[in-house]
Amino acid sequence: MPVSLDHSRLIYDALKAHGVRLISALPETWLVHLIRFADEDPDTILVRLAKEEEGVGISMGAHFAGVRSALLMQNHGFLASVNGIVSGAQLFRVPLLMLISARGELGEPDPWQTEGGLVTRHVLDALRIPREDLTSPDHVEDRIAKAHVLAYASNRPVALLLGRDLMWEAA
Amino acid sequence: MSGRGGATGEGSRPAGGGRDPAGEIRMRRLAALEALYPRFEDERTVVVTIMGAVAAELQSLGHRPSFFYLQHAMGLASSIGLGIALCRPELTVVVLDGDGSVLMNLGGLTTLGRYRPPNLVHIVFDNESLLSVGGFPTATATGADLAGIAAAADVPRIERADTPEDVLAAFDRATGSGELTTIVAKVEAHYTVPAGAVGFVTPLGLLENRFQFARHLETLKGPRP
Repeated sequence: MPVSLDHSRLIYDALKAHGVRLISALPETWLVHLIRFADEDPDTILVRLAKEEEGVGISMGAHFAGVRSALLMQNHGFLASVNGIVSGAQLFRVPLLMLISARGELGEPDPWQTEGGLVTRHVLDALRIPREDLTSPDHVEDRIAKAHVLAYASNRPVALLLGRDLMWEAA
Repeated sequence: MSGRGGATGEGSRPAGGGRDPAGEIRMRRLAALEALYPRFEDERTVVVTIMGAVAAELQSLGHRPSFFYLQHAMGLASSIGLGIALCRPELTVVVLDGDGSVLMNLGGLTTLGRYRPPNLVHIVFDNESLLSVGGFPTATATGADLAGIAAAADVPRIERADTPEDVLAAFDRATGSGELTTIVAKVEAHYTVPAGAVGFVTPLGLLENRFQFARHLETLKGPRP
């Protein structure tokens, strides 16, 4: 499978290094290794979701309980979660770290992903959710660290967009 | 309730269920909350409610720092309860849900059934309507059975309760069982504005409640070394 194992490990280790103990996720191709790492890690609580918006609630509960969490999803899952983000995490000022696979951008071969790729960044901007791209292993650790700092300083959601160049390896 | 008819609906009701001879639901949610309230006085029992009448009525009985009212984000109260329950197994987590909210997040029932935290009691007040937005009937008014759906979602224990005494007994069985339980309590689509509230708005600020609740959960961890 050409999803990058090494880069997935880099992301996972950075999440762990910043105290993430609960990960909720809805599987998608680019996230398979990340979800597997969480599943195999006895120190991480993995919650496999039926729909991504649930993960917003689970992360809110985890935060109230004093546990750092991350929500892994595809951009279409983010789009499906907007009400929970607005009237849950934002209304109640909950730091929410979202790792969103940025499907539908340059290089996307699947026609069904292309429309979401056009709107994801605009929706994040409309929601005033700070976003940063993860496109190279060189900045993964630094940007995950800074995303955590901002999420907890602002008590708001922060999004990291997982790019094709980071997640996908040429076959 | 008018419109419920035919062989399918009534035939599936539990014997002696909480309806009068005319088929009307008899229990008021406030009476069920009054019955449960003494159980919520244990500081290690935390309560997450949906918005609207449930939140306002529970507050009218006396707010506690262990109560969080999810005043929006419909459907996610059970997800918040799941997050707390998984992260803090030493606490008892009670979710006070409603039919409209559960119907918005039916997938969440399958997630509850999948992870089935033993320290979570999921109480669904089913008034067969979206009361706070005008009382429009939900699908439970026409036959959808949330207890059956929860059972099919693999929630390990299901209870139906039709009187306040039944709700309390079901709650005690749930906490004693050590298994995730969903209790479906049919209640009247009724709300009387409590003293101090304006409609469904109470004097307690959303963020005041949210930060107080999180602080309460933090203090329950005990003094830091």
